[in-house]
Amino acid sequence: MTEHLDSKFGQYGGMYVPELLIPALDQLEQAFVDAQKDPEFQREFMALLKDYAGRPTAMTLTRNLVSNPKVKLYLKREDLLHGGAHKTNQVLGQALLTKRMGKEEVIAETGAGQHGVATALACALLGLKARIYMGAKDVERQAPNVFRMRLMGAEVIPVEAGSGTLKDAVNEAMRDWSATYDKAHYLLGTAAGPHPFPTIVREFHRMIGEETREQMMEKEGRLPDAVVACVGGGSNAIGMFADFIDEPSVKLVGVEPAGKGLHTHEHGAAIANGTKGILHGAYSYIMQTEDGQIEESYSVSAGLDYPAVGPQHAYLHDIGRAEYASVTDDEALNAFKLLASKEGIIPALESSHALAHALNMADEAEQETLIVVNLSGRGDKDLAHVHQILTGEKQNG
Amino acid sequence: MDRYAQMFERLDKSGEGAFVPFVMLGDPDPETSLAIIDALIKGGADALELGIPFSDPIADGPTIQKAAIRALKSDVHPKDCFTLIAKVRQQHPDIPVGLLLYSNLVLAPGIDNFYRQASEAGVDSILIADVPIRESAPFAKAAAEQGIHQILIAPPNASDQTMAQIGKLSSGYTYLLGRAGVTGAETAATMPASKLIDKLRQVDAARPILGFGISKPEQVRDAIAAGAAGAIAGSATVKIIEEHLQDVPAMLQRLTDYVSGMKAGTTHS
Repeated sequence: MTEHLDSKFGQYGGMYVPELLIPALDQLEQAFVDAQKDPEFQREFMALLKDYAGRPTAMTLTRNLVSNPKVKLYLKREDLLHGGAHKTNQVLGQALLTKRMGKEEVIAETGAGQHGVATALACALLGLKARIYMGAKDVERQAPNVFRMRLMGAEVIPVEAGSGTLKDAVNEAMRDWSATYDKAHYLLGTAAGPHPFPTIVREFHRMIGEETREQMMEKEGRLPDAVVACVGGGSNAIGMFADFIDEPSVKLVGVEPAGKGLHTHEHGAAIANGTKGILHGAYSYIMQTEDGQIEESYSVSAGLDYPAVGPQHAYLHDIGRAEYASVTDDEALNAFKLLASKEGIIPALESSHALAHALNMADEAEQETLIVVNLSGRGDKDLAHVHQILTGEKQNG
Repeated sequence: MDRYAQMFERLDKSGEGAFVPFVMLGDPDPETSLAIIDALIKGGADALELGIPFSDPIADGPTIQKAAIRALKSDVHPKDCFTLIAKVRQQHPDIPVGLLLYSNLVLAPGIDNFYRQASEAGVDSILIADVPIRESAPFAKAAAEQGIHQILIAPPNASDQTMAQIGKLSSGYTYLLGRAGVTGAETAATMPASKLIDKLRQVDAARPILGFGISKPEQVRDAIAAGAAGAIAGSATVKIIEEHLQDVPAMLQRLTDYVSGMKAGTTHS
């Protein structure tokens, strides 16, 4: 086998999977490397992004949200992408890779259902058969997304094992793949998991940062001072960061979910409060007990509710290139409401984490500052949930 | 002397293969677990393959997942597992004991520390389900330092290069996968495995023991006939525990009977 890509980011990443899955991961890496060099593949991917998904996405300068006159806060509008979140980008890329490998089936995991919906739409479009593992608890909590996936022809398989949430869905998808790799591709949904997934997912999302660069040059004539994105597994953040990693003047800021507070056990901040270990095939920061058992994460936003972080984020953190903050449920909900009432945009709860931290940065800024928040998804999927929380608050208060 | 080598020598002389049952340490609780292991040995187990419960076992099917959950619910920690192994080792000085677990349990206390604890408890081999050969170097190094065999997996889809590495690096025995997928008796091993076994012989790998999808004495017989040095049955063994949780004496009797039935399949005809 020829190793084409580095499987590690410093000490992080790697391929900690059963020997059985190694040939499938090698095949995927080869297909990806070839596709990146194939103009026909690139042309098809770009055409889908433009004509089907709606790229490039807009760059919106907020009008009323920020009171500090020194700060301009822009939103990269991934919420406007078809499917309602950035996830569609990389799913289209991996679906094309699936076809390129001559496979006809796709396996995916989903938490809130956003990656599941993106997978279902790409599979419907490209004639692939999708089966999507989803924690039984999430199937119940996210009924509209389950319906969306089924409408688009995907099979949704509830996972009862473990806690019945995202990490258990990943476990089950990997189990499925270890029996079906000959004909099925595992379309992993974030920049985590074994090599080559973190690299593939980054490269298929890197247009977020590339467009941001272009749009800022056009609007402001210079690069932003900071780009801010939420981090669960870390796919939208790495897509935003990738093109700026070699631009030292651009601060890269990831925002993890602090849930009910970092001092509680109910959060999902693997970098802030986790330790190094292996989950789902990669060495990274994870949430675990002293023995090495994986702990349950928690966040009000299901898309950030994952007890690990993508390995490149662990690396960027350690070398000091990116900084990682965390934001509680309450702060995120507050930002959610603010963006709706001040700008007429309802963001996903995930993206509300990034926005909440950016607003703090804006308050503290003493110099002219350009901040771009990756508004990774729209909040339609969260309406019922937030409505429930807000009415509950009123009743209790 | 090396316990696996000793076992193979003994079995070769009597014209038998090895039967190796797998159970989860601490399932359903430490005390019963110890009685279970005794029952397996009483039934004629040639070696033991023992799991340490992990929260996210991606290579395991539902039966072994449930065993891990039962053990974790009984508050079983890796240190309790080592205590159990030490007790088994005290009573059975010659039986080879293998550990089968996941990488994060090895990393958490530090690789060297984990292997030292294993060695002190009397473990002969360690198989880490989610460490493929290309990630195995630091684990293999710690194993060598502690005189423990790092067990490698030979999957049915292995490339020639992987096979060559198994030939170079394997020791103790080679865990031969009877089929793709995860552990479980629901899907039977694909026979014959003789092609893979021939390849392993060509690369001079440690002797192959066939696992995944083994539940019946006929399968053990087929495995031995195909050239395997033995067979491992995990889910089928654990299923007996699951089905008799309310009646431990019956569970132990069934386990002993099951092992002796499987062991009978190891005799060359």
